[in-house]
Amino acid sequence: MKTPNPQLDGQGNLKHFLTIEGLRREILVEILDRAEGFLGVAKQAVKKVPLCRGKVIANLFFETSTRTRTTFELAAKRLSADVLNLNVSTSATAKGETLLDTLRNLEAMHVDMFVVRHGSSGAAHFIATHAAPHVSVINAGDGRHSHPTQGMLDMFTIRHHKPDFAAIKVAIVGDILHSRVARSQILALNTLGASEVRVIGPRTLIPECAAEALGVRVFHDLLEGIRDVDVVIMLRLQRERMTSALLPSEHEYFQLYGLTEERLAQAHPDAIVMHPGPINRGVEMESQVADGTRSVILEQVTNGIAIRMAVMSMCIGTQNLAGRGEKAPYG
Amino acid sequence: MADAVRISIRNGRLIDPANGLDRETDLHLADGRVLAIGEAPAGFQPDRILEAGGRIVCPGFVDLSARLREPGLEQKATIASETKAAAASGITTLCCPPDTTPVIDTPAVAQLIGQTAQRHGFARVLPAGAMTQGLEGRQITEMAALKLAGCPVLSQADRPVRSTQVQRRAMEYAATFGLTLFLHPLDPDLSSGGCAHEGRVSTRLGLPGIPEAAETVAIARDLALADQTGARIHFRGLSSARAVAMLAEARRRGVRASGDVGIHQLFLTEDDLDGFDTSCHLVPPLRTRTDRDALRRALAAGELSAVCSDHQPHDADAKLLPFPETTPGISGLETLLPLALRLVAEGVLDLSAVIARLTIGPAEILGVDLGHLTPGAAADVCIFDPNARWTPTPETLLSHGENSPFLYQEMRGRVTATLLEGRAVFERGDRD
Repeated sequence: MKTPNPQLDGQGNLKHFLTIEGLRREILVEILDRAEGFLGVAKQAVKKVPLCRGKVIANLFFETSTRTRTTFELAAKRLSADVLNLNVSTSATAKGETLLDTLRNLEAMHVDMFVVRHGSSGAAHFIATHAAPHVSVINAGDGRHSHPTQGMLDMFTIRHHKPDFAAIKVAIVGDILHSRVARSQILALNTLGASEVRVIGPRTLIPECAAEALGVRVFHDLLEGIRDVDVVIMLRLQRERMTSALLPSEHEYFQLYGLTEERLAQAHPDAIVMHPGPINRGVEMESQVADGTRSVILEQVTNGIAIRMAVMSMCIGTQNLAGRGEKAPYG
Repeated sequence: MADAVRISIRNGRLIDPANGLDRETDLHLADGRVLAIGEAPAGFQPDRILEAGGRIVCPGFVDLSARLREPGLEQKATIASETKAAAASGITTLCCPPDTTPVIDTPAVAQLIGQTAQRHGFARVLPAGAMTQGLEGRQITEMAALKLAGCPVLSQADRPVRSTQVQRRAMEYAATFGLTLFLHPLDPDLSSGGCAHEGRVSTRLGLPGIPEAAETVAIARDLALADQTGARIHFRGLSSARAVAMLAEARRRGVRASGDVGIHQLFLTEDDLDGFDTSCHLVPPLRTRTDRDALRRALAAGELSAVCSDHQPHDADAKLLPFPETTPGISGLETLLPLALRLVAEGVLDLSAVIARLTIGPAEILGVDLGHLTPGAAADVCIFDPNARWTPTPETLLSHGENSPFLYQEMRGRVTATLLEGRAVFERGDRD
């Protein structure tokens, strides 16, 4: 009754990138390997490759974002695509146009790929389901559901420091309940075979059935949770959590879950510290940790461009194969 | 045929659970009433004979909740379109919730709906009056006047009263006139912003959850108030195992409470949301398999004495949005009978019991003398072929709402004729 995986074409090639869920390990590895190749592009004098030349990529952001939108834009331009930036939160929908109408209008402009950020879980699936058959959709974050390019750039960053996923334990600290980033990281880590994925936070921020539904070990105590882990991922804490009875104050949160040099000593001596940004210094972590030797936070940003280039070029590659019944080289 | 006043329905398997009847026999109707079962009275000359060999003949179904969308939301459906679909589904009486525009909070709106339905003549429509003005949960309605205008029960539709004080007073005032309150147990704070059962699937899909406690907290409050006030309350559309257990426990203590379940809750679970299937966006949400099984057992045991369509027809646009933004509800009239029969096929309850939950059970909850074929009773009759196979599609559905997760699934059991007060309001031709 349900489509097996709306992200793949008939040959199993990546057509849309909506979520990590349901993707085989080989496809994730292909994304990582491809991104590796694109890292060098930034260091060339001419920072461009022609893989998406002649293609039109529309950044369709229903939620404001600076970093993600910018890295998608840069990635598209390095692939030689033409880029449209649409900040829909302030235009069409405000005039009463439905999401589907917006989509149809952009399709009429012969867009080849939509990069979508939307506040509702499932929005990218919805757009992929209703888009014209030749269009690809990349999810740049939908509600609490998924942010797969962020998840993959984090895997890419981890792999640079810890090449063997099977040997690492990862702890994700903070607001798991509302985090699309955490969901994508957990799915990617489990698909890539990480030895253990832990989540750490108060009960208000960790779904009751997280262990069963997400495949993680749940901890409510930071020191216990980060003991011996190889990677510590701190999630961003939204200010509004303080006004909806989920947390009493930033102060208490930092007291209990804030990462300090001293606490980090519980983790493996070579542990790295990650954060999807932007950081609330003194809330999620102290500045010494954010700027410390174990922090790879700025690497994450750089890697984001390479990962997005990898995903975009794979989906466009699948479009180019369309109708020829061919299998892409990966998987 | 429409003018026939004397009808004999012959050789059908007559099932009338209210009278403990289940045998092959004839049913004779005259002047809109049941005249006799078995032998026709001496000198009876039917104007028309309906052959019902191989068919089930039973009381017309009574549906506790079917939205008709008129007045106010005619882009979704109309009284004419939906009552016609009801007639084709064997439903002769249906209760429509008060969340029309305007709300059914004055006798004028109640009468308008009743009269419009009567003019079209496909089904008996009993409007549920609003408990509070504008369904705003602040000031109670003119309940006595609504009762006189034809509202057998009062309801808040799916907008529960937040104030416990207002809820208490609505119960007391309604009890003054012997009016039952239809309550959707859903705590407005705990359910705020939610669109799926808070559990395994919503956690994975990142859908804002509606916890089970949203239902049980509301039930606990309303049972305590019913106990205190002596009011007669009915929980519309239960969704969880715990809710059913709480209701059963209160009933044992003598609290005047009853409950029903929407038919789709007996088949679908949270797992059906996978892939963000907006046709399965419901409130109360689809919960776990354990919950579904408990609802089935409660229906079989009679703790839930009615199953209803919970019909909510929508225009296509209402479902063409990202999941959390879609409007909840299933267009359910036309799949009510075949799904109910699927319960029989799956061994949940026997045919007579399932018909009871569609007829006398809901009629008793509404407090109306319908849902049975005792001589002298209204000649509301459904004749169906329990083995007919058909597939609901947007083309075959009569309802204007095509929002159903059961589209393109083969169904077994289909109505062949429906009589309302002895008048054929639906007959399936050979080519249908």
